[in-house]
Amino acid sequence: MNFFDKLMKLDRRWVFLFLVVVCVATYMTEFEVPILVEPETQVIFDFVDELEPGEIVLIAIDYDPNNLAELHPMTYAMAEHCWRKKLRIIFTSLSQNGPGMADQAIRDISDSLMQDTEYNGVMYEGREIVSGVDYCFLGYKPYYALVILAMGQDFRLPFPADYYGTPLDSLPMMQGVINYDQVACVVDLSGGNITDAWISYGQGRFGFPLLLGLTGVMTAQYYPFLGSGQVVGIMGGLLGAAQYEKMAGNPGLAMDGMRVQLYAHMVIILFIIMGNVGFFVSRRKQKQAERR
Amino acid sequence: MKRQFPLFLVFIFGLFMVFQYFVPHETSEWVYEFLLDWILVIGIFALALGIWSLYKVSVDKIKTRKANWGYSYVTLFGLFVMILFGFTSQNGDSWGWYFIFVATVMLTIGMVIQAMVSSGQKGLSLILAGVFLVASVLIGMFDNAWSFHFYTAEGLQNSMFRAFFDHILIPILSTMFSLLAFFIASAAYRAFRARNLLASLLLLAALIVMLRFNPYLSPIFGDYMAKTSNWLMNVPNMAAQRAIVIGIGLGIVATALKVILGIERGYMGKG
Amino acid sequence: MDFTTFCWTTFAAFVTLATFSFLYKDNPFYKFAEHLVVGVSAGYFVIILWHQGLVTNLFQRLADGDAYFLWLNSDRWWYVIPALLGVMMWTRFSKQYSWVSRWPMGLYIGIATGIAIPLEMSNRVNKQLYAMMVQVDWSNFFGHGGFNLLDVNSGLSQLIVFTGAVSALVYFFFSKAHTGIFGGVAKFGIWILMIGFGASFGFTVMARISLFIQRVQFIDQSWIHNAMDTTNENYFWGFQAVFWIMILLIVGYIVKELMQFFGSKGRAESAGQ
Repeated sequence: MNFFDKLMKLDRRWVFLFLVVVCVATYMTEFEVPILVEPETQVIFDFVDELEPGEIVLIAIDYDPNNLAELHPMTYAMAEHCWRKKLRIIFTSLSQNGPGMADQAIRDISDSLMQDTEYNGVMYEGREIVSGVDYCFLGYKPYYALVILAMGQDFRLPFPADYYGTPLDSLPMMQGVINYDQVACVVDLSGGNITDAWISYGQGRFGFPLLLGLTGVMTAQYYPFLGSGQVVGIMGGLLGAAQYEKMAGNPGLAMDGMRVQLYAHMVIILFIIMGNVGFFVSRRKQKQAERR
Repeated sequence: MKRQFPLFLVFIFGLFMVFQYFVPHETSEWVYEFLLDWILVIGIFALALGIWSLYKVSVDKIKTRKANWGYSYVTLFGLFVMILFGFTSQNGDSWGWYFIFVATVMLTIGMVIQAMVSSGQKGLSLILAGVFLVASVLIGMFDNAWSFHFYTAEGLQNSMFRAFFDHILIPILSTMFSLLAFFIASAAYRAFRARNLLASLLLLAALIVMLRFNPYLSPIFGDYMAKTSNWLMNVPNMAAQRAIVIGIGLGIVATALKVILGIERGYMGKG
Repeated sequence: MDFTTFCWTTFAAFVTLATFSFLYKDNPFYKFAEHLVVGVSAGYFVIILWHQGLVTNLFQRLADGDAYFLWLNSDRWWYVIPALLGVMMWTRFSKQYSWVSRWPMGLYIGIATGIAIPLEMSNRVNKQLYAMMVQVDWSNFFGHGGFNLLDVNSGLSQLIVFTGAVSALVYFFFSKAHTGIFGGVAKFGIWILMIGFGASFGFTVMARISLFIQRVQFIDQSWIHNAMDTTNENYFWGFQAVFWIMILLIVGYIVKELMQFFGSKGRAESAGQ
């Protein structure tokens, strides 16, 4: 058995171990990966950045803990950006395990809003974020397509009360806010089919500007909607989140993760090359043996 | 009545929803809002079936002593303890007898399940269940540090409910999916071969996308890697995905029509 | 961070590592984590459905804000009807009465499919077709402002998007044999599809790696960092104690596995001799 045959029959646990070692070693080394902002993400940032204080953004946290790695940084970066710009946010969460994460994110971001911070050279004073004034967390209802349609009639139809059980009518922020007509845009951060529903049942029927934050796995599939103008912009995976963090001047977990991403990608490419070299060498040997 | 009436319902309501889209009259809007509202309520009841199913599968697994049956107790514990946390919440800073209460309730449930699954002596389990039940009721009646909340959402703010979500559900689910990182590495090593032109095209596109943010290549390629990747996503990828989107759209519409017209009846089950 | 939260974080680190141990082999720790999460997730869902669904959308409407759902004294008594339809769903598990569940099911399927037809047709098919049929920008065929093949808005790119999408659709059309010109077009279609799948794969690699990175960040920033963070106002020796007990457990498990591994290897060798 020569080197290439051995390489082909390697126990996959060695492959796993190699990846772990590279990722952890890179994680422990401090260096910065330059992030190039793509136009798809730039339009999302610009859209939110140009909104006037007091306008309402609907952020749909439609992912489960499975996809938290890619989408949580987007939630943190966007919600913080919105609140620093004094926009108001309606949160919904139409995936099964989403509300708990949305609740966690809201608590964390509210905490960081208490601090004075400087982003992109602009000083923002810390302030308290109040439920019902700065945001309204609607919570979860099953059957997302129907909920999206029902919210188009009246938020109170599927959500008579918010996540904490307060009737919507008694929240100061929701006074006069009936449906999507009062919302400047919808941001869907999603790791599954809910995005399809936001496109077909939400944007398609009610015509609001739809901004997408997607997992890497889904990103490529939604480009046609970008091309047709049904979607304003797409943030794809951790790189998308890192781009948003960079534009907002608020580095977080996504930018922190990009250096590991860089080396992990090189490992995967190395694996592909090794696999192919092994494959071609053994195929050539097989052919030579056949000729003999 | 058993098969025809549901088909009739599908047809009538399906047709109404299509009609309503094109003719948004005041009356049809009114019916439409009602239907959206009602269907949510009906749906919630339907989802309870899934939970019941999980409970039944777990209990059956213990009963028939299937492989790894012991772990089903862990599943049932997780299920019931979360429900208990979700219906209770602290009144002040102290927890009082809360955790003893939780333990007695869990033991009661455990003993009842034990009595259900055991084929022989059930008496002892039932007696113990009774004892634990009495203990939990007594604690529930006399301990004022916490209380039950069935009609208000205090349970969602219960710190134990949150802790189980934040420190059990989130880490396990996200770690389970992160295992895929390793499987994709292993697949890259074993499966992605440039066997022919098509496979080579796929690999080439993947390589360009993977290298688009690699700063070590910029001395050689400048920002061409990123630009090529952007072109790949917005031109050939857009064309390919557009064909898929249109294909899926036509598929959904065709299936929906088949359902409304009663040609596709798989959802009705047997009988 | 207080000590209780740190203990919880340690438990989260434990279940994280327990789940990762599956990469080595299936083991009781992994099974424990797997079964626990199924139960907790189901229990969580029950509570969410209750507080977010039944209470707000049914009980409070029936009770008009009262703590009891005595629908007789409600002015929205008609919410009893969807509730009854919902309860009818539960006959699904009975052999004799499962037909009853088909009524609410029929209502649901009718509504869901009826909604889908016009919206899916308009948003997935029509709008994509409109977007496909744009006027080719002949004046900037090779890119805006000079020769630039990577310009996504050039006439050439527009032409590739159009021909690519049509060819890929032709590839999906199986009612006619893929021969002659039709076969040639279909072949171009599959090339385009492969490039699309390749791009998707590139993104998928990033997605999967991200999930692992997040776990590494959690172990380091939430767990190890807090175990050692002496600037924390609640800090005391307990943090380190809990941390090192966990490390000891992990090392113990690894040593046990190694001993088993080398033991079985030794046995295999002696059996071979």
